[in-house]
Amino acid sequence: MRWPVSFVFGAALSAVFVAAALVSFLWTPHDVETLNVAARMQGPSGAHWLGTDHLGRDILAMLMVGARTSIAVAVVAVGIGIVFGVPLGLLAAARRGSLVDEVVMRGNDLIFAFPSLVIAILITAVFGPSAVNAIIAIGIFNTPVFARVTRGAALSLWTLDYVKAARVAGKGTARISVEHILPNVANLLIVQGTIQFSLGILAEAALSYVGLGAQPPVPSWGRMLADSQTMISLAPHLAIFPGLAIVLTVLGLNLVGDGLRDVLDPRVRRAR
Amino acid sequence: MTLLRVEGLRVGIHGAPILSDVSFAVEEGEVFGLVGESGSGKSMTALALMQLLPYGAAASGRAAFGGRDLLSLSEREMCGVRGNDIGMIFQEPMTALNPVQTIGDQVAETLIVHGVSSRADAARAARARLDRVGLPAADFPLGRYPHELSGGQRQRVCIAMAVALRPKLLIADEPTTALDVTTQAQILTLLKGLVREERMALMLITHDLAVVAGLSDHVAVMREGRVVEADRTEALFRTRGHPYTQKLFAASEHAPQRARMAKEMPLLSVEDVTRSYALPRVSFFAPPVPLNAVNGVTLTVRDGESVGLVGESGCGKSTLSRAILGLDPVQGGRILLDGEEVDGGGHLPDALRRKMQVVFQDPYGSFNPRHRVGRLVAEPFHLYPGDLADREARVGRALTDVGLTPADTSKYIHEFSGGQRQRIAIARALVTRPKLIVLDEAVSALDVSIRAQVLDLLADLQARYGLSYLFISHDLHVVRAITDRVYVMRRGRIVEDGPTAEVFDAPRHEYTQELLAATPRIPADWHEGGRYGT
Repeated sequence: MRWPVSFVFGAALSAVFVAAALVSFLWTPHDVETLNVAARMQGPSGAHWLGTDHLGRDILAMLMVGARTSIAVAVVAVGIGIVFGVPLGLLAAARRGSLVDEVVMRGNDLIFAFPSLVIAILITAVFGPSAVNAIIAIGIFNTPVFARVTRGAALSLWTLDYVKAARVAGKGTARISVEHILPNVANLLIVQGTIQFSLGILAEAALSYVGLGAQPPVPSWGRMLADSQTMISLAPHLAIFPGLAIVLTVLGLNLVGDGLRDVLDPRVRRAR
Repeated sequence: MTLLRVEGLRVGIHGAPILSDVSFAVEEGEVFGLVGESGSGKSMTALALMQLLPYGAAASGRAAFGGRDLLSLSEREMCGVRGNDIGMIFQEPMTALNPVQTIGDQVAETLIVHGVSSRADAARAARARLDRVGLPAADFPLGRYPHELSGGQRQRVCIAMAVALRPKLLIADEPTTALDVTTQAQILTLLKGLVREERMALMLITHDLAVVAGLSDHVAVMREGRVVEADRTEALFRTRGHPYTQKLFAASEHAPQRARMAKEMPLLSVEDVTRSYALPRVSFFAPPVPLNAVNGVTLTVRDGESVGLVGESGCGKSTLSRAILGLDPVQGGRILLDGEEVDGGGHLPDALRRKMQVVFQDPYGSFNPRHRVGRLVAEPFHLYPGDLADREARVGRALTDVGLTPADTSKYIHEFSGGQRQRIAIARALVTRPKLIVLDEAVSALDVSIRAQVLDLLADLQARYGLSYLFISHDLHVVRAITDRVYVMRRGRIVEDGPTAEVFDAPRHEYTQELLAATPRIPADWHEGGRYGT
């Protein structure tokens, strides 16, 4: 089977991003925590490939370690969304039309009704700004996304004959949900997971930008942007490189998500 | 005079041959039947003529129509032919209409696209066409939307669209397969009338020999992308020259050998059962109105007996079957299986569940595509406490019973054909050694030759294991072939019951009479080798 070009491109971008994060554990061009004020705000050069920031730290090193932060926050946030959202969606579909379904779905609506950033600000305002609280905040607004996707797909599966046959075989709703429903909605969840992952990276950057995410000295792409804001006319590269990192990573993950949707959907696959 | 002459039509998809050397001729103003089982290439033939083949398919050969070769026309020229010279209707009326456009607009659209009339004229013409297909203005104004119509009414709208420009040829691809028998009879009458009045030719594509017998002048039998036999309908039905034609007829008239083995003891008794749904409230303060889908139904299946339940779509037979299987609670009456009450509201004891299993209609939707056959067939073992030591042996035996092999357990379901899947569904139902198997339209989706084999298998299994069947179907031929007694259901009630042969030969209730009259049949004297009538 041929993979679509956009998927290959997206996968390559995402791979660069993940590789940068992994390599940063073993090696970075310079130490991110060493300040060298004498060498501040240098442009790209042989010693500092992407230049240095206002405290003389190497930007490439900070981007690599920042990728780590982004991945950690996004992975755990998507994980929270899946761990809570998917069972809720399965439950709502299994008890479709009942009070349980109604409560779960209206609860989802309630969370959806708040802009995600407002929830994040609320949580960090109460518990203090940190990467962990940012994760929790992003995870909370991921939950209804997964619950809805799961419920929507599961509802149509519950009307299929093989589910009826399983009920005639005496299987309970929990068992049917795990054996028959979940594997058949997994495709959708993988695609949604990829998209939520990119949104998580964006949300982490946004929270860090307003100072509610990872705290210094942990590098974060969002805070690199925030720090560069006042110096943008003096040293535009301070803003350009973290900005590019965010754009390319989110673009890459979205392309992967779109590509997976096409590859995993048998209808689209046949049409191609 | 010949209207359409197809010569040496070949179609290949990515090089794989689908049609090879298909040739036939359709005369002006006649009904031409194209008969064959699924995959024989009859729909592909129609699509090739309309240049509507799916992506990757290429056609060659000649199709002379009105002095032009349809296969060599450009897309632009073909647009002028489609709808104008050749109309087409499809099997599924539920998806053939645009749900957000009124029926008037959709019929008028054909006229406007071909530039034959202004908007006002088109609306007037659309009105006339809808009147002609039996949708009068009083009940069906042009502003109606498709969802307000039944399947049969939608098919009428499709016909009105197809004949809006009075084409010389109408291609109808299984036009009545998705419809109930009484609706089917009405649509076939309508088509017959249109052919006569408009002097239009009709190319009728169907799998149903009886439909062709009643309607067409000429018929061609297709198999594996070839026309195996073609002749005047009556001549072909009487001579049955080709072995495949003979096989097809034998299969469609097939009734399995069955031993009468019903005992007196009732196995399943359905006593005055009512299943009702709450309809959506009309207004906020109005109390919800219940809809009785099943209304006071009483029915018994004796041990070792095969009982039919016939009725048209929406009569409540599937709702009743779900209640019998204990999947839904009943709102009145009770259901007893082997003396124990089946309570769909609560949890059925495993021992009771083991006594009944089910086979559904759709051989494609009946299995989780992600499990292997071994796991699929073993699913009902869930009803046994603990682990069964002879689990694998039992699965193997069930597969052998239905004519497959124990080695098939490691395959996935997509590796099997429709008929084989239905056998696997029967194996899954057999594996717990149930007393009752509910067959919900279990052979309706199968081709006639496969259907004959599955009916034989069912008869054989019944004799071997003393099974009881509740055979739910809309197909009267099949019910007659496999059941001892029959119940006729209409609008949630049983209107007639009795021994199958009696009910079918001398129906008492007018609805049963109507159903039997509407069922298309091959004339009794058109036997093989029979002599021509006058």
